[in-house]
Amino acid sequence: MRTEPVLQVQALVKRYGGKTAVDGLDLVARAGVTAVLGPNGAGKTTTVETCEGYRKPDSGTVRVLGLDPVRQSGELRPRIGVMLQSGGVYSGARADEMLRHVARLHAHPLDVDALIERLGLDSCGRTTYRRLSGGQQQRLALAMAVVGRPELVFLDEPTAGLDPQARRATWDLIRDLRSDGVSVILTTHYMDEAEQLADDVAIIDAGRVIAQGSPEELCRGGAENTLRFTGRPGLDVGSLLKALPADCTAAELTPGSYRVVGKVDPQLLATVTSWCAQHGVMPDRISVERHTLEDVFLELTGKELRA
Amino acid sequence: MTAVGTGSGTGTYVPKPGAAPLPRMIAAQAALETKMLLRNGEQLLLTVVIPTLLLVLFSSVDIVDTGSGEAVDFLAPGILALAVMSTAFTGQAIATGFERRYGVLKRLASSPLPRWGLMTAKTVSVLVTEVLQIALLTGIAFALGWSPHGNPLAVLLLLLLGTAAFSGLGLLMAGTLKAEATLAAANLVFLLLLVGGGVIVPLDKFPSGAQDVLGLLPVSALSDGLRDVLQHGAGTPWGDLGILAVWAVVGLAAAGRWFRWE
Ligand SMILES: Nc1ncnc2c1ncn2[C@@H]1O[C@H](COP(=O)(O)OP(=O)(O)O)[C@@H](O)[C@H]1O
Ligand SMILES: [Mg+2]
Repeated sequence: MRTEPVLQVQALVKRYGGKTAVDGLDLVARAGVTAVLGPNGAGKTTTVETCEGYRKPDSGTVRVLGLDPVRQSGELRPRIGVMLQSGGVYSGARADEMLRHVARLHAHPLDVDALIERLGLDSCGRTTYRRLSGGQQQRLALAMAVVGRPELVFLDEPTAGLDPQARRATWDLIRDLRSDGVSVILTTHYMDEAEQLADDVAIIDAGRVIAQGSPEELCRGGAENTLRFTGRPGLDVGSLLKALPADCTAAELTPGSYRVVGKVDPQLLATVTSWCAQHGVMPDRISVERHTLEDVFLELTGKELRA
Repeated sequence: MTAVGTGSGTGTYVPKPGAAPLPRMIAAQAALETKMLLRNGEQLLLTVVIPTLLLVLFSSVDIVDTGSGEAVDFLAPGILALAVMSTAFTGQAIATGFERRYGVLKRLASSPLPRWGLMTAKTVSVLVTEVLQIALLTGIAFALGWSPHGNPLAVLLLLLLGTAAFSGLGLLMAGTLKAEATLAAANLVFLLLLVGGGVIVPLDKFPSGAQDVLGLLPVSALSDGLRDVLQHGAGTPWGDLGILAVWAVVGLAAAGRWFRWE
């Protein structure tokens, strides 16, 4: 297994006018799948597009497969595959036409027909790009990123807005890429996507990496667990809190949706259910969860990931 | 999760990167661009329907006083100039403006095709389209009784320099304005130059002060140069070639300097 980094970003700063989009970002990605996880506006696209050679860093250095993406772009471009966050296709082109075209720009492309079938793009028929559904457009962009048999692919929010079936197809393809030795950098604001797919997750917020590690490492960080239940909106959380051990927190996240964070054990569960019984509350959908990346994000930033 | 790159997958995606040979990339790109252009109804209106209609209409109906001789001998060179402008300037500006807007230029910029390769392909596509236009329009002109004179090489030189001048201006517009602004401006310029550029209305119908200025426009220089050669059998029209060369240098340099890919 190759251990040298496929991507090295050091102290990257990128400004748009007066606004700092990326603010001293450090990121090292190795072979496998690396997820760049963060809320909208965190600087994911700016970072990835700097790695793809679209933007010159204002300061800091970027190396992709050991190359400078701006100065050595000619050498780098054939070796990477790019899926932009949106667009990238002639509005009058058909899906198969555009995919075949991108394949022709490469020396040893994948079998286009097989790729079309695998991603369900045959359903596009003779429809031109502008009339395809959002999901079809996304899958075409994904196919364009992999058709040239790259060593490294960049996928900018590859499943944003996809239905669950198309999302699973995309996840399956990413897993196959990984096991065939293609490295993947993907940005996402879905924590389950990062948890499911990534060997390594970099959580970014406001243009900086605030935590990086495997999903397990990141989630182990806090020993606490979460208990969730739904009930009537407006329950007296203060009274619940009094019944709980001192190191627990309780909150109504959205009306009728409650969360208790602390050391969740059978005793705690009994305490919550008996409090509910005393208050005439039927705790629907009661569940115990391990720490998720979303919790990690919330703890690190004090913000919800999908604010 | 299984280890990375263990080959536990199907092996389909095992990396094998590489750029296709440059001539193949450029040919593929030029073919796609030409196909997109010929598929687009509005583009065809501009590049085929309007020049054809103008040629047929004004040759057969005596609306504009085109001076002595057959109307078609005056009109055909002007219509050829219009055809070059419609493809190299208006069509290219609009298409490129929308390609920029929809991220096509951006996506291609990270493909193995170098940027200059993309620009070369665009030029090839423009030239192919012009050849088709010129074949159609000269065929119609001959059917209408056209009898051209002059040196074909001078004509070729005029057409090429005209293409360069219009391409520079078209790309400058596409690379700096919003796509909608390019669409509106390119069509407006097309219309204004159609009327005021000596295409179907002889420049000597305009007041003399206006004539001098209008004569410096690229489409006026192109139609005037083509007319000198094809209608009057003149030698190489250096004055008009000079005007076109200046436009070409200024336009292409400005486009090279200010063109934005996103
Ligand atoms: N072209 C641009 N011009 C000005 N500001 C931009 C531009 N692109 C992004 N930004 C700003 O930079 C910040 C980071 O954006 P982006 O990298 O797109 O984040 P993300 O992909 O994580 O949503 C945002 O505040 C965004 O508004
Ligand atoms: Mg983004």
